[in-house]
Amino acid sequence: MSKLNILTKGFFKENPVLVLVLGTCPTLAVTTSVKNALGMGLATTFVLLMSNAIISLLKNVIPDKVRIPSFIVIIATFVSMIDLLIQGFLPSLASSLGIFIPLIVVNCIVLGRAEAFASKNTVGDSILDGIGMGIGFTIALTIIGSVREILGSGSFLDYKFIQGDGILVFVLAPGAFIVFGFTVALVRYLQSKKKAS
Amino acid sequence: MDKLLQVSGSPHVHGNESVKKIMWSVVIALLPALAVSVYYFGLPVLILTLVSIATCMLTEYLIQRFMLKGNVSITDGSAVITGLLLAFNVPSNLPVWILMIGAFVAIAIAKMPFGGLGKNPFNPALVGRVFLLISFPVQMTTWPKPTPVWSFGAADVITGPTPLGILKEGVKNGQAVSDLTSELPTYVDMLLGQMGGSFGEVSAIAILIGAVFLLIRKVITWEIPVSFLLTAFLFSGIFYLVDPTTYANPCFHLVTGGMMLGACFMATDMVTSPTSRGGMLVFGAGCGLLTIIIRLFGAYPEGVSFSILIMNALVPLINKGFKPRTYAK
Repeated sequence: MSKLNILTKGFFKENPVLVLVLGTCPTLAVTTSVKNALGMGLATTFVLLMSNAIISLLKNVIPDKVRIPSFIVIIATFVSMIDLLIQGFLPSLASSLGIFIPLIVVNCIVLGRAEAFASKNTVGDSILDGIGMGIGFTIALTIIGSVREILGSGSFLDYKFIQGDGILVFVLAPGAFIVFGFTVALVRYLQSKKKAS
Repeated sequence: MDKLLQVSGSPHVHGNESVKKIMWSVVIALLPALAVSVYYFGLPVLILTLVSIATCMLTEYLIQRFMLKGNVSITDGSAVITGLLLAFNVPSNLPVWILMIGAFVAIAIAKMPFGGLGKNPFNPALVGRVFLLISFPVQMTTWPKPTPVWSFGAADVITGPTPLGILKEGVKNGQAVSDLTSELPTYVDMLLGQMGGSFGEVSAIAILIGAVFLLIRKVITWEIPVSFLLTAFLFSGIFYLVDPTTYANPCFHLVTGGMMLGACFMATDMVTSPTSRGGMLVFGAGCGLLTIIIRLFGAYPEGVSFSILIMNALVPLINKGFKPRTYAK
């Protein structure tokens, strides 16, 4: 697999949310607006990048039997860092994302990449994989967040273009499931078309 | 009638029933309720009904013709029923564009993505209705008061709460049910349909006439409506006996809100209800129980649509538990 391929496979072909269907909990919970989606995506990208790099560096030191707890400790370190950074510099984002920033610790994507990729590959490849998967996560969140914000609040990045409320259900949980389902279906459809041609 | 729900081994006699015939019987059965609504709420009822049906049929046509590129089956009448039932579940002064969103959602989200008629796990009309209720809570709960067509008032439309709304608010403010009777319509009014509410659900009698027609045509069976209404009656009756000041008479629960329409026309949808007799009884009982729980303790004054949707989700499980006995086993 070429270096470029490792980086770009997470964008679309193996998108963690839309194809691997990992990390659906933050996807459903924080995509009420584009701003939240971007914030969550970038925070997770940072954690993915750092944890992938460190885990791949330590892969020969960590005993196999305790690898999962070790991964979690490493991931939790970076989540605490990003949590404190967001609270310090972006307090409004911190208050709207709330508990979901600390919950990146248990995000399946981060642990999944550590287990499936970083613990078996070189540091360089793991960094590329972390960046690619992080960007793929951010892309998926931003797509879902845009649809939900446009339909649900009639605004984009807090710029309102209708008066009053939108179709409220899209900012609530049922709307998250509907938009998520249709986005996954669309990606499947595009992939099946690509395969056929 | 006893054998109606049993499927035996071949050979079979070919009946002359078809999807089309069944669907159009349901449409005919809904006409009395439609007539009563036109009488009480006037022309907007007809406009909303037609718009809803047209949007449902158009959505289904566009999806089948251009997205699936397959056969177009909009003449089977299922989209017409979805449109009719959705329109029956909204207030008569709802803006037309909101109803069009609901009709689109009913077909394009609740029906076609699952594979079209026969494969949808949830009743499309109810999904459309609940979608609108959550999305447009103000417009969906502004109920015009019924005014027979020939009475001309000073105002165009007078709005007021539904009987269930009056009850919920009153009890929340600490009033006893008996104090509220002056604000509530009389039982005769409620049976005939002289009360605020979604325009198709107001008249219990018109809906029952349609239901009897469907029972005679054997389009629906008695299990679901009877167990739905009986459970609701008994369960609300227990609360009434315990504390008549905070809980209303069980008869009141039967004739108000969407109880009759839900029990006779929405819960009995063949696609989204269990297949065996035992399953149907459990399904109906669950609907009745959940409806009363939502009405008495929930945030919304009315719970028929939510309870039917919740029970729809349980239908595969119910079907698993009530399998017909295999022959010679």
